[in-house]
Amino acid sequence: MQQVISLLVENKTGALMRITGVLVARGYNIESLTVAKTLDPTLSRMTITVDVEPKLRPQVIKQMNKLINVLQATDLTESPSVAREMLLLRVRTTMESRTAVLKEAEIFGARVVDSSVEGFAIEATGDPEKLDEFIDVMRSYGEIDVTRSGLLAVPLDQKKLRLAPPIVRGAAPIEEVHYEKELV
Amino acid sequence: MTKAANTPAGELMSGAKMLLECLVREGVDVIFGYPGGVTLPFYDALYDHPIRHVLVRHEQNAAFAAQGYARSTGKVGVCCATSGPGATNLVTGLVDAMMDSIPIVALTGQVSTKLIGSDAFQEADTFGITRSATKHNFLVKTVAELPQILHEAFYIAASGRPGPVLVDIPKDVFQGQGHYSPVSSIHLPGYKLYTEGHTGQIRRAAQMIWEAERPMVYAGGGIIHADAAAELRELVEIVDAPAVTTLMGIGAMPGTHPNYISMPGMHGSYAANMGMYESDLLIALGVRFDDRVTGRLGSFAPHAKVIHVDIDPSEISKIRTADLPIVGDVKRVLEKLNRVLEELKPEMQPKKSAGRIAWWKQIRTWKEEHPLEPSYSLDEIKPQHLISEIDKISKGEAIVCTDVGQHQMWSAQLIRFNAPRLWINSGGLGSMGFGLPSALGAQYANPDKLVFAICGDGGFQMSIPELATLVNYGLPVKIVVMNNGYLGMVRQWQELFYNNRLSQVTLDNFPDASQLAGAYGFKGRTVARPEDLRAALDEAVADPGPYLLNVLVSPNENVYPMVPAGGAINEMVLGPPQPVAV
Repeated sequence: MQQVISLLVENKTGALMRITGVLVARGYNIESLTVAKTLDPTLSRMTITVDVEPKLRPQVIKQMNKLINVLQATDLTESPSVAREMLLLRVRTTMESRTAVLKEAEIFGARVVDSSVEGFAIEATGDPEKLDEFIDVMRSYGEIDVTRSGLLAVPLDQKKLRLAPPIVRGAAPIEEVHYEKELV
Repeated sequence: MTKAANTPAGELMSGAKMLLECLVREGVDVIFGYPGGVTLPFYDALYDHPIRHVLVRHEQNAAFAAQGYARSTGKVGVCCATSGPGATNLVTGLVDAMMDSIPIVALTGQVSTKLIGSDAFQEADTFGITRSATKHNFLVKTVAELPQILHEAFYIAASGRPGPVLVDIPKDVFQGQGHYSPVSSIHLPGYKLYTEGHTGQIRRAAQMIWEAERPMVYAGGGIIHADAAAELRELVEIVDAPAVTTLMGIGAMPGTHPNYISMPGMHGSYAANMGMYESDLLIALGVRFDDRVTGRLGSFAPHAKVIHVDIDPSEISKIRTADLPIVGDVKRVLEKLNRVLEELKPEMQPKKSAGRIAWWKQIRTWKEEHPLEPSYSLDEIKPQHLISEIDKISKGEAIVCTDVGQHQMWSAQLIRFNAPRLWINSGGLGSMGFGLPSALGAQYANPDKLVFAICGDGGFQMSIPELATLVNYGLPVKIVVMNNGYLGMVRQWQELFYNNRLSQVTLDNFPDASQLAGAYGFKGRTVARPEDLRAALDEAVADPGPYLLNVLVSPNENVYPMVPAGGAINEMVLGPPQPVAV
């Protein structure tokens, strides 16, 4: 089963390696992964889709949170969120079917980004199931090439971001943090 | 304290000097290491610096020695290696520290930043290779960031769930000049520490403990790391509960305490395993439900509810679902829990007292039915005999470091410790060759203590180079080789599960102990007769220097009780098959 994880990560050397490394070492197969800087350029937002048994989902989040470069790991699989994916598709069409292809693209809300005598390059966004359907439809018109972005997701409820405070050397660290998740 | 940014630029110095300044500020007094090409600038700065350096004979042993230092003191151990092969040789020691949550900082040299990625001489991707071998690792890219990273490394290694941290430092960073001013604060916004247990959960835990009829305290390495042995003992005494300690937790309870049962698990005692199996409440403190403890998970403590206290949230419900999880530093949690238990005691204790009396009676019966006791023979030295003699000499006070295998299990079963940080062994990773170098580090940190390195004849032969180091630094480690001529634990499994087809487990040509030790300039001898054993051990202990005692023990002895891999813990094999009367 697919788990959708949203990560807020320090934009540091090796951060991506640590995250993928932990997932691979624990045997969770990564289905898709997207990374980009946030408004704060020192941070990155990642959306990762992993193939994992449902009962292991909390463990995956805990393993992510354990990484020092990860500020926050959130499981979006069942929490309110919007997930979208983008694809770029090239389809070879015959002259006769060009109009039909354009019509189909319009139905799916896709945009033609390049046109040539051989066919079109089309950009589409949507949830992954919709994109699957779009691919199926386009395939019926001719040979296609597809590149997908992987899932991007944003939570609809804002989770409070808890950050560790700076620690003054020589003074007792401030450690009044309670772990309140997973209570019975 | 003024912020670094506000202070005028500090003294101009090299990265190597800066590193030493930082180590001094972290209270480091010794580095276990081995020099090489890219660490030359560092070793040059170390030449006339007060921080001491122990030159081991192999980098893996530098990491093990740093662990022996850390495990016996609770302080961060430091090891150092050069780039490439030096760094890769550290890896086993790092993974070992990772598995047992031991705070060490490893400093590795790296080729100059300009050469990184060019397949330069002695270049290895240390940062990538040690990603999964460490709690966290750093690659330093400029002199300016070196002090900050160093202090972050020490903080990460020692805080929360401790672990190894590696700092990879390119040669030009050692050589480069920078203005050093002491680091006044560090900020790791994503480093999540949960130390205070949830008050409501602690109160619920106290109620569950008083409501249980057959409670069992299951304490592990977390107690030792948190220095919570006193709080653990207080809990056990308030509740009058029986307690078992895992392989990593040995020493958390005094070995002679009336409530202490022993170690559970694959080679745990009958009483400990039956107690876990029949318990109705496991009070799991700083443990991770290792497969060597639980056996077949479906049959592990099937009647018990579980209270699980751990500082690492990812350990909670990883293996066994916790009915009542408490994330926090086990010392702080136990301090609070003990107060609530005392508060509830007058009201709640009488309710289950009949059940508790029956429970203790049952446990005592199990202990009497199948005690862990040494076996003796007049013809040969039984391994258990050897270990029990060491127990008698130690009187619970000596530091005992072991390798991995049969001797480790017998030591865990039969040597009793009065305090934590005396029992040092490679628990999670099970690294052979751990005993001698860890004893080296422990002896260095505890010059006045009696330190035993109990090794198998296999593990000892992996650590022979460090005999020179012992002599070099005057470290009077007493090496006791339990020599059965086999890789004993593997032989035991081949005998029991592979039709006694002994494949590649015979270790012939063990060197003569007195000649081997003599070649290094200290004393050694071989003992084969049971009547000579005690005198030989006494002689070893009385000798002012290191000592190598090679003890020829009965070769075919197996460790019992034994829970076969994948078996249930209440279905132990208690001893060798008895001859059937005809």
